[in-house]
Amino acid sequence: MRKDYDIVVIGGGPAGMAAAASARESGITNILILERDRELGGILNQCIHNGFGLHTFKEELTGPEYAARFISKVKEAGIDYMLNTMVLDISPDKEVTAMNREEGLFTVRAGAVILAMGCRERPRGALNIPGYRPAGIYSAGTAQRLVNIEGFLPGREVVILGSGDIGLIMARRMTLEGAKVKVVAELMPYSGGLKRNIVQCLDDFGIPLKLSHTVIDIDGKERVKGVTLARVDENRKPIPGTEEYIPCDTLLLSVGLVPENELTKGMGIDLMRATSGPKVNESMETSREGVFACGNVLHVHDLVDYVTQESEEAGKAAARYIKSGLKRGAAVEVEAAGGVRYTVPSSIQPENAEDKIVVRFRVGDVYKDSWISVYYDKERILHRKKRIMAPGEMEQVILKKEELQKRMGLKKITITIEEA
Amino acid sequence: MAPEIWEVRFMYDVVVIGAGVTGCAVARELSRYDLKICVLEREEDVCCGTSKANSGIVHAGHDARPGSLKAKFNLMGNEMMEDLSKELDFPFRRNGSMVLCFKEEEKGKLEELKRQGEENGVKGLRILEREEIRRMEPNLTENAVAALYAPSGGIVCPFGLTIALAENAYVNGAEFRFNTEVASIERVSDTGREGYLLRTDKGEIRSRAVVNAAGVYADTFNNMVSGRKLSIIPRKGEYRLLDKSTGKFVDKTIFQMPTELGKGVLITPTVHGNLMVGPTAADIEDKEGVNTTAEGLEEVALKAALSAEHVPGGQVITSFAGLRAHEAGDDFVIGEAEDAAFFFNAAGIESPGLTSAPAIGAVLAEEIAGRLGAVRKEKFQVERKGIFCVSTATKEELADRIKENPAYGNVICRCETVTEGEIRDAVRRPLGAKSLDGVKRRTRAGMGRCQSGFCSPKVMEILAEELGCSKLELTKSGHGSYLLAGLDKENL
Repeated sequence: MRKDYDIVVIGGGPAGMAAAASARESGITNILILERDRELGGILNQCIHNGFGLHTFKEELTGPEYAARFISKVKEAGIDYMLNTMVLDISPDKEVTAMNREEGLFTVRAGAVILAMGCRERPRGALNIPGYRPAGIYSAGTAQRLVNIEGFLPGREVVILGSGDIGLIMARRMTLEGAKVKVVAELMPYSGGLKRNIVQCLDDFGIPLKLSHTVIDIDGKERVKGVTLARVDENRKPIPGTEEYIPCDTLLLSVGLVPENELTKGMGIDLMRATSGPKVNESMETSREGVFACGNVLHVHDLVDYVTQESEEAGKAAARYIKSGLKRGAAVEVEAAGGVRYTVPSSIQPENAEDKIVVRFRVGDVYKDSWISVYYDKERILHRKKRIMAPGEMEQVILKKEELQKRMGLKKITITIEEA
Repeated sequence: MAPEIWEVRFMYDVVVIGAGVTGCAVARELSRYDLKICVLEREEDVCCGTSKANSGIVHAGHDARPGSLKAKFNLMGNEMMEDLSKELDFPFRRNGSMVLCFKEEEKGKLEELKRQGEENGVKGLRILEREEIRRMEPNLTENAVAALYAPSGGIVCPFGLTIALAENAYVNGAEFRFNTEVASIERVSDTGREGYLLRTDKGEIRSRAVVNAAGVYADTFNNMVSGRKLSIIPRKGEYRLLDKSTGKFVDKTIFQMPTELGKGVLITPTVHGNLMVGPTAADIEDKEGVNTTAEGLEEVALKAALSAEHVPGGQVITSFAGLRAHEAGDDFVIGEAEDAAFFFNAAGIESPGLTSAPAIGAVLAEEIAGRLGAVRKEKFQVERKGIFCVSTATKEELADRIKENPAYGNVICRCETVTEGEIRDAVRRPLGAKSLDGVKRRTRAGMGRCQSGFCSPKVMEILAEELGCSKLELTKSGHGSYLLAGLDKENL
């Protein structure tokens, strides 16, 4: 098989579907989504809890319901998609090599590519947790799939390391399915998850959250028998004498998500250190012309609603690129400073922007009663107080195209946190 | 699964205890002869002990004392490895190795090492000066003042080698009994012919000859029949394995001369393109103590930094530990026990054991066949074809293969690009996989950067289907290593 498409979208999760649908709405009829799993929807399909869609649909949906709305959109719009299809390689001139049962190995030539491959979970190995390597150690997302899609309980007595959202959600899910969740341990002095998840998934079920704690040993040669927890100091080093052995048969890890950018790297696209995702401009375009990125492959989100918004921007921009091309030329740099870990986008070409430009970012620490400030070169144009900001919750500021266009010669936009 | 208890007694010509690389090599070489052979293994698969957790290095042979068995078998094994890798289709690469010297005053010792290697018969050894080291390996430290370069050093997949030997032995008639632990060995002559009675947890087995390839337990079995006692000390080695994106950090295997931090660690590419650093060397008591430790993993990182300051430690995907079977006499113990006729040791097999295994197999098999008066079979299947590997196949090969069997177009493990076709083959082939780790060692599914996060549910599905069992019966590595505890809500 060899076909040409205006836009090829890599990944049929929430990002890929929203990007494809919005490109279609912008007038592109020739779009293909390549999805590696057996259905569209991505990780949403296993997120059977509610809380999705409050921003997008003004109602509370489960993950599969949220996905279903976009699956209908894709189908109604007549967007082509291929399931069980793995993309192996994308050449710099946008020739996509993929493989599946039916077509075998095939290539598709794309006018534009939208990267929407999502992210993966960090495994135990990335943390160097010492101990044995028995059965019963799962990343939280894998356990979620086993429980929610396959109907199997991976274990009965559970310790969870990491208080990322998936870990919190799984603490509740495992409890509801009949397992005993003994403790959630978090290395940092604050949780990596949303506040609402701590309340609804831990507090409501009486599951203790131990901040500044980590697993320092895993016991059990065949199946997990227990783990040793210890308190850590400010340098995240275990403090001798604080060890506590907790018998359990399962250790779930929710210790971070990593954008899946192997294809991106293969294309020689510039990545950002802070996100492990590609650097993008206001159009969600990467360092390679006509290659866009959105969703968790770009930076890890905590709410799917924001993934949808961002991906719709990417879809629209890709459509513009196909129809009329994007303006090139000197762009304004967006700088992350003083507590802001990164920004998406990291450069803006005002002429390509919609009326408003959403700049998303995360802070590197917990800030109380501090200000989000935006500077245009040296001039502060925004100073907004927030009661609390935490690394687990994404922040955003909205810039107006009009304002930017008025400032000829603007070199740099700085986003920073200013403490009280 | 109910324990299987044998009703009948079995009688073999040769029983091999242990299905590690040594036992499998001996079995494979013995299967050239008209002999009834059985390999006993207490684990559920081959390659579950020391053979699965080591450096995967084919040593050039300069480290062993001249005249030692280690020196002899190392050289012989190194020479055999390339042909064997083609014959049995397992990954091997002769990438060459270097021993780094960090001090001017120790260059003499490096020269000594070179002379020792030459005496052992290692070819092509050369001392490199500082500039040449950096030219060959730009990521190495400038603190390396000289290095001993051995072009004959190589890397091999330890699973690939062991599994290939086992499959080939099996195809040539050797039996394998897994989940079978030998409790005692006794010399008996009540059947008219002298031999050994082995009591196992599954029943009794008789054999004319016994090969002791029991790794860290080889002393236990030797000491049951021989007065010449062995003492095997488990010497733990901890490793860190890095993401494939770092696999080109070095091209050659980089050893160190001992430093103030003690015995050195190596930095090496693996034959699959990862980067590996390690091992530590700590004598321990527990022969099952394959746990990693915080101190060990830190030691590995510290020592590796002596060879290259910028080893990308943030890219570690997993860590593991293995136990070397260190014999007190500091050499391999190979051959018939002097005071126990027809009891053959392959004991104390530590580094360079992996390299030596094919040679140990060949030499020992010939000795045993001679003692038993066995003759070579007319039909010996010398070649073995491994599992078709999608990630290394050419586009044409892959297209053909998918046409033949569409399952090779269905990617299950995305990190290592392992397909449904490969996984099914891994289960169906001779001595096929029965567990998640069994599939992993044969196909690499789950061995990549996500460490089986994405593929394990899918591999479990295929495994259950192929084995015709419930997912609840599936294990990570046999015995009690069950992957799942039950069904949702069944205890509510």
